[in-house]
Amino acid sequence: MMMSKIVRTMTHLLVPLTFIYSVYLIMHGHLTPGGGFQGGGVFASAVALLIVAFGSQNIHKSLKEHHLSILESSGALIFIGLAFGGLAAVFFYNFLTGSSIFGRIPPTGSNPGDIWTGGVIPLMNFAVGLKVIAGLSAILLTMALATSLKEVEE
Amino acid sequence: MRKTAIVVSLIIFAALLVVTAFLIHPFGDPPSDMDDYIIANTQRETGANNAVTAVVFDYRGYDTLGEATILFTAVTGVVMLFRRRKRA
Repeated sequence: MMMSKIVRTMTHLLVPLTFIYSVYLIMHGHLTPGGGFQGGGVFASAVALLIVAFGSQNIHKSLKEHHLSILESSGALIFIGLAFGGLAAVFFYNFLTGSSIFGRIPPTGSNPGDIWTGGVIPLMNFAVGLKVIAGLSAILLTMALATSLKEVEE
Repeated sequence: MRKTAIVVSLIIFAALLVVTAFLIHPFGDPPSDMDDYIIANTQRETGANNAVTAVVFDYRGYDTLGEATILFTAVTGVVMLFRRRKRA
């Protein structure tokens, strides 16, 4: 069940911008307000727009729940793996601070920031973002599919 | 009997709330030195400019693990409830 051409054209315009904004929120989580949870929520709102505009059946042709569940589980595994990576000191120790990967230390105080800082925090943001993207999209897609099926039966 | 029990428990609950409201620390007064420590040392210790993210993913990462588990459980529950049944 698709909506009118106006809605579909606006969705074509808005969805790429929303995806870019969500990736920006996730990858700059350690510099600006935002992070994995918020960026994943923005991404899921774009998926909701797609489902509303094109109908859940059409979206389901290219976006399957089991692919989303694989993505979500891999995000959770990366997150817990990074948490276990610091186990030499303590669970969730930031073992990458000062190393060559995301290891630069910013000066204390207000400064514009550097993307290559934060230790494990950017990687954890990425893992949580993956998890929230896949999880919320799976919830939206499953619920939309269930309601559209009910409409067909009635 | 049941009514009096409900009334008594409600009164006890309200009294606890009132006592808590009077014992709560003044507005804007930090209850500990924790926030000063985080503001002063976040950038040196974690390398992240965003102190909120540093607390969420570094100082209290265990809390975030719980949040992620809640999301996982929610997704599992929704997918299980709304799964498509085979036509009989």
